[in-house]
Amino acid sequence: MNGIVSYGAYIPGYKIETGEIASVWGADGSAWAKNLNVYSKSVPGPDEDVITIAVEATRQAMKRAKLTGDDIEAIYTGSESHPYAVKPTSTIVAEAISATPNLTAADFEFACKAGTAAIQTCLGMVGYKQIKNGIAIGVDTSQGAPGDALEYSASAGGGALIIGREKVIANINHTTSYTTDTPDFWRREGQMYPRHGGRFTGKPAFFKHVQNCGMLIMEKAGTKPEDYDYIVTHQPNGKFPIRAAKSLGFTQEQFETGLLTPKIGNTYSGAIFLGLSAILDIAKPGDRILAIAYGSGAGSDGFDITVTDNIIDMDRTETVNNMISKMEIINYSTYAKFRGKLNMGTTK
Amino acid sequence: MRDVSIIGIGITKFGELWDKSLRQLGLETGLSAINDSGITSKDIDALYIGNMAAGSTLQQEHISALMADYCGLTNNHVPATRVEAASASGGLALRQAYMAIAGGFIDIAVVGGAEKMTDVSDSESSYTVSMGSDEQWESKAGATFASLHAIIAQSHINEYGTTREEMSAVSSKNHYHASMNPMAQFPFKVSSEAVSNSGIVSSPLRMLDCAPNSDGAAAVVLCASDRASNYTKKAIKIIGSGQASDTLSLHHRKYLNRMPAIGVAAQRAFESCGKKPTDLDVIEIHDNFTISEIIALEEIGIFKRGEAGAKILEGETKIGGRIPVNTSGGLKARGHAPGATGIAQIVEIVQQLRGEAGERQVKNAKIGMAENHGGTAATAVVHILEAE
Amino acid sequence: MSVPRFWRELDTRYNLIGSYCKLTKTYHYPRRTFDPDAGRESIGTMEDYQFKGTGEIINCTVVHQAQTGYEIFGPYCMAIIKLDEGPKLTSQIVDCEPNTIKPGMKVKAVFRKLGEDSESGILHYGTKFILREIPQVEDENENLSNIEL
Repeated sequence: MNGIVSYGAYIPGYKIETGEIASVWGADGSAWAKNLNVYSKSVPGPDEDVITIAVEATRQAMKRAKLTGDDIEAIYTGSESHPYAVKPTSTIVAEAISATPNLTAADFEFACKAGTAAIQTCLGMVGYKQIKNGIAIGVDTSQGAPGDALEYSASAGGGALIIGREKVIANINHTTSYTTDTPDFWRREGQMYPRHGGRFTGKPAFFKHVQNCGMLIMEKAGTKPEDYDYIVTHQPNGKFPIRAAKSLGFTQEQFETGLLTPKIGNTYSGAIFLGLSAILDIAKPGDRILAIAYGSGAGSDGFDITVTDNIIDMDRTETVNNMISKMEIINYSTYAKFRGKLNMGTTK
Repeated sequence: MRDVSIIGIGITKFGELWDKSLRQLGLETGLSAINDSGITSKDIDALYIGNMAAGSTLQQEHISALMADYCGLTNNHVPATRVEAASASGGLALRQAYMAIAGGFIDIAVVGGAEKMTDVSDSESSYTVSMGSDEQWESKAGATFASLHAIIAQSHINEYGTTREEMSAVSSKNHYHASMNPMAQFPFKVSSEAVSNSGIVSSPLRMLDCAPNSDGAAAVVLCASDRASNYTKKAIKIIGSGQASDTLSLHHRKYLNRMPAIGVAAQRAFESCGKKPTDLDVIEIHDNFTISEIIALEEIGIFKRGEAGAKILEGETKIGGRIPVNTSGGLKARGHAPGATGIAQIVEIVQQLRGEAGERQVKNAKIGMAENHGGTAATAVVHILEAE
Repeated sequence: MSVPRFWRELDTRYNLIGSYCKLTKTYHYPRRTFDPDAGRESIGTMEDYQFKGTGEIINCTVVHQAQTGYEIFGPYCMAIIKLDEGPKLTSQIVDCEPNTIKPGMKVKAVFRKLGEDSESGILHYGTKFILREIPQVEDENENLSNIEL
């Protein structure tokens, strides 16, 4: 069966705490942290962006699977913070893993589920036997406007999945999606920060799509919540994913491994990849995983996954939790400098 | 092969010369040298110019033609050549002229070096200076010119125990010499403590370990020795000349705390005239950074490897000491205009050997050396001069 | 840096591609057409080689007056690194406290942004280095087991 041949993840080495951000705006940091269930968020260094993170995550996936560039025939990167509006992240990743020139590539956008749409595309190419392996990458370094609620959660990070049909470590049994035109969160061309519909982003957006997609995929797979060892959903804060999982009938034991937002914030397109990576870091053969991504605009992609025996031989020493433990705390001024929020003027 | 002598010298003040353009600097110093030499412009067979950075700081190339034009030499279509080797441009231009005369191709040449570094911002002139190192693999990787020398200094400190005081002594000594040099950019004393406490540029190098980026110009007139007395009674002979190259980037070298090109160039210069380090009475050294002076003196053989710092601290290289170094104030205190520095060094040695160095005069100076290098000593050119 | 000039060295910068001289059995970075120690005889014996990306710091400095494009880092560490296979190169050491970097420390390559031509120009990517062993720091705030659900 076709599925996940390998996985890779990258979280930058800096983080800022919710309380530190709140103090700038005179807000109650511990209240915000509790309300969002977000206590710190990852911050990329000044020389990091979606492209560098995509490369690091992909290189980890390649190393784990002991593949070389020649083995890869498709690369798709989903993000809402690609460094270029025109010129694909995916070709730079391709060059950085020596996969050029025999491959297809493109960049995807669908808010936070851009990367999972890429998984479905890879499954198509692999299933249609046009390629042996393709890579789907979800990475973001999105920003929240200063003083906006999103400033507490918008963070940086992401992961890569190598999709193929040989030496698969996890079969993707089924995939299905639930998609509508719902304007809950958007960013216009040329604008630095996104905007959102406030509470409209909840029930009519996130919950409607994640819940419906969850029900559809379990119907397609003929499964019930008890059949799964893990569930991971998109996680824009630390509360929504818990509520969504519970509403679908899942328990804390099932959702806690993949829930990273409380420590690293919302990595947007990277979130589902990082949550899934955290699960794959410790998953055993036979474990069944339900993954439901969500992207504003709006849609959910669901995946019913079963881990295979091949995962035993994979080197899983550099885990997502290792990366999280290495993050160093920075203050707001360093954060503002790193994230380009300071008006540097023009010197040229 | 004929002997070659220097029959005239000229130099401008070094510094931030806002009012002077490159053309003006070149002309001023050229006229100065010609007046000093006793020749007229009709006698000039060739013009050689040392300039590193006009392309970057002034967007002007073809400096040879520019200078020949502005110095009025194009009426007679005098051949003009611009030589570039980063900060060794001046010394290298001198060597080209020297070889042309020694080889019998020409009899009289004017060699000038001129540079405008202050027409652009500090960060731009700093970036221009780093073009003397490997732009692709050093500068673009984040290394400033100073940071490369900082690594050199760090490596010298780690292996030989060179101290902060020893490095500061170089700068302080050069400022003391410059306080007696009216053409110097910084003609005032600076204490060792002030050097040691100045702001960090790149550890361990501090502000006052580093030469400035200056405007300035200097020129000399070279003449075949057998006819020098037609023009002047003060001819000074170039008795030795040597040149060497090394890898452009520091990381391709075997040792990070040596500058072998300087050693080889000096050895070639010594061999060409049968002299040795102990024959020297006065030396001008390319002290773009204090560590460069320390290492250069070790490479030339004035001091044993690892021992220069201590000897400098003891005062051996001060005027009045065993072997005065940088009586002009050196690059640090006299100023450093990359294309001009190599010629400015020659001007100082000539003044010393003529006995015209005023307060800076080294007693009985008969044989002098000028050491000029570019980049992290990827080019080194050494000349030895003798009073006739 | 101009577009073609940067593009020409993409694999050199991204993937640490240099040369291996089959004649002298030595490694070179960046690529060379011949080994200077062997002269002309080595032309045709050089093959592309991808360095593992691991190495050791030979010497380093903390730069306070930044190179153009590096101002945002505040004081940063520049080092000369010897790759395991032999050749040396110059690189920034990132994600570290610059004053703690010492000769002998082991480093590994990471993919980072080197700079950009301007706000609207091409982005330059390449290789920098981080410490291979980062000292672990105990952080009491890491215990989030009492999150309210």
